[in-house]
Amino acid sequence: MKLLKLVPDHTNIDFMRWRNLALVLSLIVTAASLAFAAYRGLNLGVDFVGGQLIRASFPQAIDAEQLRGRVDALDLGESSIQEFGGPKTFQIRLPKPEGSAAAANVAAVRVQQMVESNYPGAKIDAVESVSGKVSEELARDGAMAIILAMIGISIYIWLRFEWQFGVGALVTLGHDVAMILGFFAFSRLQVDLNVVAAFLTVVGYSLNDTVVIYDRIRENLRKYRKMAILPLLNLSLNETLARTVVTSISVLIALGVLMLIGPEVVFGLSIAIFLGVVIGTYSSVYISAPVLVWLGVKPDSFLKTGEKDEAEAQPA
Amino acid sequence: MLEFPKWKVWLIAAVIAIGILLSIPSLIAGTPYGAAWPKWLPQYKISLGLDLAGGSHLLLEADANDAQKQRLQGMEDSVSTELRRDPRIDIGDISTAGGRLSFLVRNPAQVDAAVERMRNLTRPVALTGNRDWDVSVIDSTRVVLTPTSSGTVQAMKDAMSVARDVVRRRIDPGGTKEITVVTEGNNRVLVEVPGVENPEALKQLIGQTARLEFKLVDLSANPQDVQQGRAPPGSQVLPMADGTGFMAVKRRVMVSGEQLTDAKQSFDQDGRPDIDITFNTAGARRFGRVTQENVNKPFAIILDDKILSAPNINEPILGGRAQISGNFTVQTAHDLAVSLASGKLPVKLNVIEERSIGPDLGKDSIHKGVIASIVGMVGVIVFMLVTYGRFGVYANIALVVNAFLILGIMAVFNATLTLPGIAGFILTIGAAVDANVLINERIREEVRRGRRLHDAVDSGYREAMRAIFDANVTHVISAGIMAYFGSGPVRGFAVVLLIGVVTSVFTAVYFTRMLVALWIRRTRPQVLPI
Repeated sequence: MKLLKLVPDHTNIDFMRWRNLALVLSLIVTAASLAFAAYRGLNLGVDFVGGQLIRASFPQAIDAEQLRGRVDALDLGESSIQEFGGPKTFQIRLPKPEGSAAAANVAAVRVQQMVESNYPGAKIDAVESVSGKVSEELARDGAMAIILAMIGISIYIWLRFEWQFGVGALVTLGHDVAMILGFFAFSRLQVDLNVVAAFLTVVGYSLNDTVVIYDRIRENLRKYRKMAILPLLNLSLNETLARTVVTSISVLIALGVLMLIGPEVVFGLSIAIFLGVVIGTYSSVYISAPVLVWLGVKPDSFLKTGEKDEAEAQPA
Repeated sequence: MLEFPKWKVWLIAAVIAIGILLSIPSLIAGTPYGAAWPKWLPQYKISLGLDLAGGSHLLLEADANDAQKQRLQGMEDSVSTELRRDPRIDIGDISTAGGRLSFLVRNPAQVDAAVERMRNLTRPVALTGNRDWDVSVIDSTRVVLTPTSSGTVQAMKDAMSVARDVVRRRIDPGGTKEITVVTEGNNRVLVEVPGVENPEALKQLIGQTARLEFKLVDLSANPQDVQQGRAPPGSQVLPMADGTGFMAVKRRVMVSGEQLTDAKQSFDQDGRPDIDITFNTAGARRFGRVTQENVNKPFAIILDDKILSAPNINEPILGGRAQISGNFTVQTAHDLAVSLASGKLPVKLNVIEERSIGPDLGKDSIHKGVIASIVGMVGVIVFMLVTYGRFGVYANIALVVNAFLILGIMAVFNATLTLPGIAGFILTIGAAVDANVLINERIREEVRRGRRLHDAVDSGYREAMRAIFDANVTHVISAGIMAYFGSGPVRGFAVVLLIGVVTSVFTAVYFTRMLVALWIRRTRPQVLPI
């Protein structure tokens, strides 16, 4: 059987040649992402700003405008209505009510009654109601978890490799997280608790590629002690390229299926991870590796004094 | 690395066999085969999260103001009971202004005795050396009881554990349902109830404090003063539950809900829903005595500081049984009966987070999740096959075994599968092959360098191991943090990722290495088909 080789043997791409171009590109996109997230803001779900979400399904397709009018007539503040995976399912979102917790309850009950009396056969599939206090806690915990995961992983990389690799990991993670943030700001996709889980997963998986490449760089640094750093990075990247491509594709196959035919509720989660894998693959090549050059990693950087002498005595 | 003694082969085979065996009950649950599963085999099943099974998740928080109010009220009752005992100490009205209790001792010679008896009412707070109330005297005859902060903390802790038990009894009087009721932090209770038809009724049931009191109506009060909220000394003004105005009642409690042994929904002579209550011995005696002394006077039945009704005492009620009437429907009467029978909540609980999912949505999610899992798996399997041939077959066997192992381990630990957990499962399927990709690419590389078959496979596994280990540690860090910070569904996602990391290292590294080693030993190939 003829096997598929997406990356031919002896591939030798001069990745590092475009590293400055890639850097400029990354900087622009990262800055744009952050600016977008800061000025336009994220479409935060009830998990993070409080409020109520009522998901209702109807026996046949209904007129969204009419439903909107009926919800507005209840005078519950600024509500929004969205189709959810088809014209028969709608998501009604209500703002956090003024006043006590009891008020929140009343709002949800009134929407339910309105739906049930106007649309015979309609069902309330889900009700979510999050108070201001809880949403603040969830937002704080979510942000904290992402930052802790980034720092924790970078420290691990530092301990297993060298400090330059740890910094490289942190920069890579910052880049990836900023990009996905920008994507959510741009697409207006709702950011809920699942998306935080997606961010954390991306933090774990985007580093997957980086770790594999770093491992190879470390191995080659020991093996080819006389090689200049740029060719060495290129060699390491090319040697791991086939693996990078094959793994990324298999993860993307699984996630793509999930995105296309999986449950709607996890769409945000799967698209975020899908994107994270793509960005992570790029950043492991164009962020993680060049950072080492900028931090002054040289083939003899990590040799102890005794080993240095040895290195000179025994040319590789 | 390619030496596999017989015992190792058997050990790995045994682990896999057990894993598959453990996963089967979860897979066939709900199908006709579920019933056919032999009883002598393991019965562990994965439990479904509320987002898949349908149900309500409620986070309740104690109302701090109400907690303080109830604590003051409780102390007020103990103080007046204590001082009425022999030798009686006459006092003026007990004031609860400013979050503390104070009262005037009428006879100055009794101030010291009053202070002494108040001290005996306070209790030490465990481990702090403080007492729960400070007793002091101001203006030489006014005794003041101030709650201490350690006392308040302790009282909240006690209140929460009582509240947790009360909530559990209310939702599940029979003690048979699989519900979760746990305290969280200092002042919260988390409630998870699967398969709830009507989340509103559930919230009503939990939200009611259900403090029941019987008090005599103060007939001496001037009706105009009462409507303006002014009551004579020793009385208080309370609103009617149906919103028809106010009524003055004596402060002193005749009997309270704590002296109930039972409460049941029933019907009165006219067929209107009411509640039958039964007092315990002490409550029955007291109720009998007070009704005997007050025949032809009305008494108020008060629930959570609202007057449900104020019937006339036509004759002494001696049997320890009474009916509570009010504007009930069968449902509200039933719910109130359950609440009364389960005891009052020591503090009012507010719902600060609710997530209720209907059962149909969950079924739809499972259906879509299962299909996506299968399609995703087939996609990855085909891709591995065309990329690595025979070695791809091994990776695929490992992949399928891995899926069973994840389910088996989840079943044994009774882990909860949530909707994001299904996404985690699919993600793990995609990512689990990474270890095999690393190994296979490394073997290809070694072959290209001209190594002999045996050496190529051997160093392929050995060299790839390091990167596999480091990459998996990064997953463990992020999934661990997610499991720690995440709530419900997100934690379910993290758990699947964590289990997936462990099982995938086992299947992708050890199990495939065994398959490759056995193949090489059996066929002694000359060229590697990779």
